[in-house]
Amino acid sequence: MGRTLWTLLRRDVSLIVTRRQDVLTVVAFFAIVIMLFPLAVGPEPEILRELAPGAMWVAAALASLLALDRLFADDWRDGTLEQLALIPQPLALVVLAKVTAHWLALGLPLVVLSPVLGYTLGLRGEELVVLPVSLALGTPVLALLGATGAALTLGVRGGGALMALLILPLFVPVLILGSGAVSQAMQGGDFLPHYYLLGALLVAALPLTPLAVAAALRIALD
Amino acid sequence: MSARPRIRWFRFSSPPAFHALVDRLVPWLWGGAALLAVAGLYVGFFVAPPDYQQGNSYRIMFLHVPTAWMGMFLYLLMAIYAIIHLAWRVRLADVMARSLAPTGALMTALALWTGSLWGAPTWGTYWVWDARLTSSLILLFLFLGYLALHAAATDREKGGRAASLLAIVGVVNVPIIYFSVKWWNTLHQGMSVTATDAPSMAPSMFAALLLMTLACWLYAAAIGLRRAQVEALERSADAGWVRRVMLGETDAGTGQHDGDPGSAVLERGRH
Repeated sequence: MGRTLWTLLRRDVSLIVTRRQDVLTVVAFFAIVIMLFPLAVGPEPEILRELAPGAMWVAAALASLLALDRLFADDWRDGTLEQLALIPQPLALVVLAKVTAHWLALGLPLVVLSPVLGYTLGLRGEELVVLPVSLALGTPVLALLGATGAALTLGVRGGGALMALLILPLFVPVLILGSGAVSQAMQGGDFLPHYYLLGALLVAALPLTPLAVAAALRIALD
Repeated sequence: MSARPRIRWFRFSSPPAFHALVDRLVPWLWGGAALLAVAGLYVGFFVAPPDYQQGNSYRIMFLHVPTAWMGMFLYLLMAIYAIIHLAWRVRLADVMARSLAPTGALMTALALWTGSLWGAPTWGTYWVWDARLTSSLILLFLFLGYLALHAAATDREKGGRAASLLAIVGVVNVPIIYFSVKWWNTLHQGMSVTATDAPSMAPSMFAALLLMTLACWLYAAAIGLRRAQVEALERSADAGWVRRVMLGETDAGTGQHDGDPGSAVLERGRH
């Protein structure tokens, strides 16, 4: 069972990475949204620093929406998804492998890049470590929730915009906790409770959302 | 029916039986809602004393509090119907969930609107990012997302099942969202203006609140059932019992045993 899923994971990662522009698009989008904040708000360092945790997290949430419509759509269109639904391994585990691959290829680059972009907004010292760790805990939850939205809107007219309407409200807790951790670090407060709660969300989402995604995929495949 | 030894839980999942039930119930529900609303408004406006702090402006709470409760209650009820729909494949449960959603959205929107009207004289602003206001707004978006997903699918059957799944995902998330927003708000102490100023309530105020809550509840039941009835008629437009109902024959309720394939298909979806 492990081998099948490992193969699937490698297949999905290499599929995304070989189409380099997908990764580039997401990363560039993330950087551009962050660039928009100074342009819209003004270049004053104090204000930008104040906005930095929220701006970073809003940009990350929007960027993680970006490639979601491709998560199942390609496999669905060419019939691969139907084959995947037929293999002996539970569909929920297949989903988990696919979402993991999606996050490794498209979520992890955001985590790695975030200290550089955070620095441009005025984050310094410890904050530049707190930010990527919060993103590393939170963006997998966003990917899992996003997968639910992607599966529910599979084969639906105007799926992309609809998906944003469905899942952005569900992103709220992650956004609050993630940007809250960075804010706490900026004020010299204790950010560990935020980490614990983000971790709790991740631990809850890991087993539950694949079940919901699998159910949604079965509806779409019906 | 009460004389039966076993309760047939799914009796009214048959559209003809449901149709007849709604026709019997809805006039009573409308009448009850109207009576209770008149009584509640009378007690609220003429019997209940003015608040010692807020004067008369607090009276909007007789509409605000019931609508806020109904919004949350209807989301929960919608999710319960969604579970019934997916677990037992009862299509009428989907019809019920879909029919409750617009009323739930309306109640939540009314709660936000009346809340901001109350906030203007009390807090000095129509909107603050208070925990309750924010989570009510998110609840409104959850209703709208459900309705949008239901409407977007080309196949009504599939759209209904996807929307039911979304309602279940949503109801799991509602408490998480609520507590995170509450926590977020207490962290940002600077701007928190809380709505928690309810000193011991006069009995007449409580009576008015209770009457208005019951009125809202009966209104939601009446309009939800009527909408479900119309939707069920629409979905089984080809069935024989619909034809008989439309031609004005009175005993549509007995149609559940007719050999009509249309009604049987709608009763339990099989895949």
